[in-house]
Amino acid sequence: MPSLEAYLIVSVILFGIGAFGFMARRNAILMLISIELMLNSVNLSLVAFNAYLPAAQNAGAVFALMVMAIAAAEATVGLALVIAIIRTRQTPEVDEYDDLKE
Amino acid sequence: MLAIGIIGGGLAVVTLRNVIHSAVAMMVCFGSLAGMYALLGAPIIAAAQVLIYLGAISVLILFAIMLTQAGDASFPAPFHRQAPIAVLISMVVIGLVSWAAVSTDWGAAPAVIVVAVNSIGELLFTTYALPFELIGFLLLAAIIGAIFLARRPEEDERAN
Repeated sequence: MPSLEAYLIVSVILFGIGAFGFMARRNAILMLISIELMLNSVNLSLVAFNAYLPAAQNAGAVFALMVMAIAAAEATVGLALVIAIIRTRQTPEVDEYDDLKE
Repeated sequence: MLAIGIIGGGLAVVTLRNVIHSAVAMMVCFGSLAGMYALLGAPIIAAAQVLIYLGAISVLILFAIMLTQAGDASFPAPFHRQAPIAVLISMVVIGLVSWAAVSTDWGAAPAVIVVAVNSIGELLFTTYALPFELIGFLLLAAIIGAIFLARRPEEDERAN
């Protein structure tokens, strides 16, 4: 039976991986996937708190469902933006988007 | 076991060169997360994870990748120059938050509290009714925004 701390550590490692992917990857779609990883790690910690703390009274599960809905909305708009940018710039690499620099 | 799936899948997502492979690794990661939610006594969250992430968001991302791939099989360098700094910052975040998680006394229950599905439904329509309605409105706005953004400009001119 793993403890609450074990779940929290898995969650923070996943968050760190997502943050690294967002900061280091050059592909715009990979950056969006990294944001999804971070949102999922927060969801995991919410559900873990909900499962181990009686004071939570299922609020964690409700919040996790809401985070999922907002993540879906964010992914839809984000991917539409990325597709629109790629259509005009012909590349998914974010460091090629330097119009404002010129 | 599921933790290996989650962390390995996450690492594969950010390190693989091919974006399609990253998306498949993301699906492995999300599937393991669904299993972990079931272990944590929240089967409704596990079902929602499978439906929303494995079913909807993964397919959306795969479609976006296929729409935007250049066609040639060349994979440019996946990382920015600042990747070492990003590794350092992520490690610091992981270390600090794990230290905080381990050193805090949470007063945790010894066994997992199972979530009753009917209590979630009740909470959504009583205590959390306003956020629930706001999320419905937000999803509507997101649909309209996505259609507006993804429309081709020339169709716009033809309509005028």
